[in-house]
Amino acid sequence: MSKYEYIPEPALVKGNHDFASITKLVTDVNLKPTPKGWYLAMLPANALLLLLLTSIGYLIWEGIGIWGLNNPVGWGWAIINFVWWVGIGHAGTLISAILFLFRQDWRTAINRFAEAMTIFAVMCAGVFPAIHVGRIWAIYWVFPIPNQMAMWPNFNSPLLWDVFAVSTYFTVSLLFWYVGLVPDLATLRDRATDKVRKFAYGLFALGWTGSNRAWWNYEKAYMILAGLATPLVLSVHTIVSFDFAVSMIPGWHTTIFPPYFVAGAIFSGFAMVMTLMLVARKVYGMEDIMTNNHMEKMNIIIMVTGSIVGFAYMMEFFIAWYSGVEYEKAIFLLRATGPYAWAYWIMMFCNVVSPQVFWFKKLRTNVGFTFFISIVVNIGMWFERFVITVTSLSTDYLPSSWDYYSPTTWDVLTYVGTFGLFFTMFLMFLRFLPMVALAEIKAVLPQGDPHNYDDETQEFHPHVEKVPQPKAVKA
Amino acid sequence: MSTTKSKNLHGLLAEFKNPKALIDVSKKVVEAGYDKFDTYSPYPIHGIDHAMKLPKSKLGWIVLVSGTLGFLGAIWMMYYMSVTDYAINISGKPFFNFPAWVPIIFELTVLLSAFGAVFGMFFLNGLPKLNNPLFEVERFKKATDDGFFVCIEAKDSKFQVDLVRQLFEEAGATHIEEVYE
Repeated sequence: MSKYEYIPEPALVKGNHDFASITKLVTDVNLKPTPKGWYLAMLPANALLLLLLTSIGYLIWEGIGIWGLNNPVGWGWAIINFVWWVGIGHAGTLISAILFLFRQDWRTAINRFAEAMTIFAVMCAGVFPAIHVGRIWAIYWVFPIPNQMAMWPNFNSPLLWDVFAVSTYFTVSLLFWYVGLVPDLATLRDRATDKVRKFAYGLFALGWTGSNRAWWNYEKAYMILAGLATPLVLSVHTIVSFDFAVSMIPGWHTTIFPPYFVAGAIFSGFAMVMTLMLVARKVYGMEDIMTNNHMEKMNIIIMVTGSIVGFAYMMEFFIAWYSGVEYEKAIFLLRATGPYAWAYWIMMFCNVVSPQVFWFKKLRTNVGFTFFISIVVNIGMWFERFVITVTSLSTDYLPSSWDYYSPTTWDVLTYVGTFGLFFTMFLMFLRFLPMVALAEIKAVLPQGDPHNYDDETQEFHPHVEKVPQPKAVKA
Repeated sequence: MSTTKSKNLHGLLAEFKNPKALIDVSKKVVEAGYDKFDTYSPYPIHGIDHAMKLPKSKLGWIVLVSGTLGFLGAIWMMYYMSVTDYAINISGKPFFNFPAWVPIIFELTVLLSAFGAVFGMFFLNGLPKLNNPLFEVERFKKATDDGFFVCIEAKDSKFQVDLVRQLFEEAGATHIEEVYE
């Protein structure tokens, strides 16, 4: 034997599952009575949601003066939180679209889950631009609909591009998610025994029968949607980065922003999927479907995107020096050594150093450690947006107007409140919708492939990997 | 199931044991010359489109049309609003500022294409269609779980219950049942 050992791809679904046992495993969560733990989790989630609504109510009543914004720093936590949540919302579509186009079958275990997370994260993100305008009753001015001034929106503004990008992204993600759900809703319709569920699932399943003539168009639609969502997901954070990059503020006006924002978005999105997945699979006993092998693959993506982000941080510094622009050089030195150096170094540690531990197989296959890092990464990504937004504004061109920015209690409460919205939605999803794409996972089971059956007897023959033997090389 | 005389026969439904058997029977059904038939499975089976001789999906054309509408619609909208209807001088930039319009043109093209893909797919599949004679069959509930079914409709010009039943039996059906409307 040579010193090289052939390692076949690990099975996508662990354990001795067939179609029926997968159906049962996933849909029982929705059809069995609500577990007590669910209510226990819903309680704090609802409390935080109430907190969000209260904060928004007070904001509308009192105005954005309740936030910590000051004269040079006109963009604070609202923008930071918006970019953070939108970034998190990138993982779902990436997993469902880009990994689909690359034929990464392991995505089937986590795509439903991640798409749901995407939709809820974009909802949380959408809250901030809507409420930060000050006069929320005039928010419809951002849409091209007639208003009392007979004026139209300014299509030259990146902020308006953002309106179109985020609303398109939300709509397309929702459609993509729903298309994936239709066959699984039909499964729930057929398994449900009570009238309410039969009716509700039946209504949203639209009368899906599993007809292969329908599957034929369905697969085409899924492919086209994946093809559309791939450039879309890359465009959304690109356009979010334009909010900064198209302006003239030092530290923002850089061409590296679009790719760097997109990499950061994928980085934080995967971390959030990981956090939720590790908890959900434990609670709902889905370890056979969401295996440690999935975790390892996601950790590698986190490591790669984390490294891209780290590279971008260093490139920013280099270009600032290389450009020879005094303001540009100054802002980057201020970031690392100025009044917000603490935030900068938290960001550097969480985003650049922490994901590098996944070079070690022992660590990227360790569940507890991965959970810890997934949270560290999202803390780091929040600080990245903080550093970008606040440092550039607080120390801009005119030193006489420099000021230190601190958030108020309301800033913090509104942000914490969005977790209430997020987790309320997510818990509802876990309770009422199948958290794994059933039809897709059945297609990647060994039993799902018609080539794994004998031509004559039609009996199932599990596929045996042929191990290629290395040829003996003569010295 | 009881065979009520007052009801019309919708077709003959047969269950098969696995995806391979479903592909094999599809080939036989096509060979025998039936064209009003369909196969049902909990997930799309690889290669069944060839066995059933399904024509290429028309969905691509629907998406092309809706995407083009989004593309042209976005340009028209911005041209009308920023050039024709109420032109505003913004930092001395041209009214017809095409480079700045590219992001929105892109987003609206994607949005309309996605609408075309989703609603076009539902349209081609005849959905929503909440009533279906097959839903009356208790066993058919397995089609979304672990069942593999074929149904040849009575509308088919070649349809004869005995011949169809014989075809299914020879192909190794595990269960055969008449479906009424």
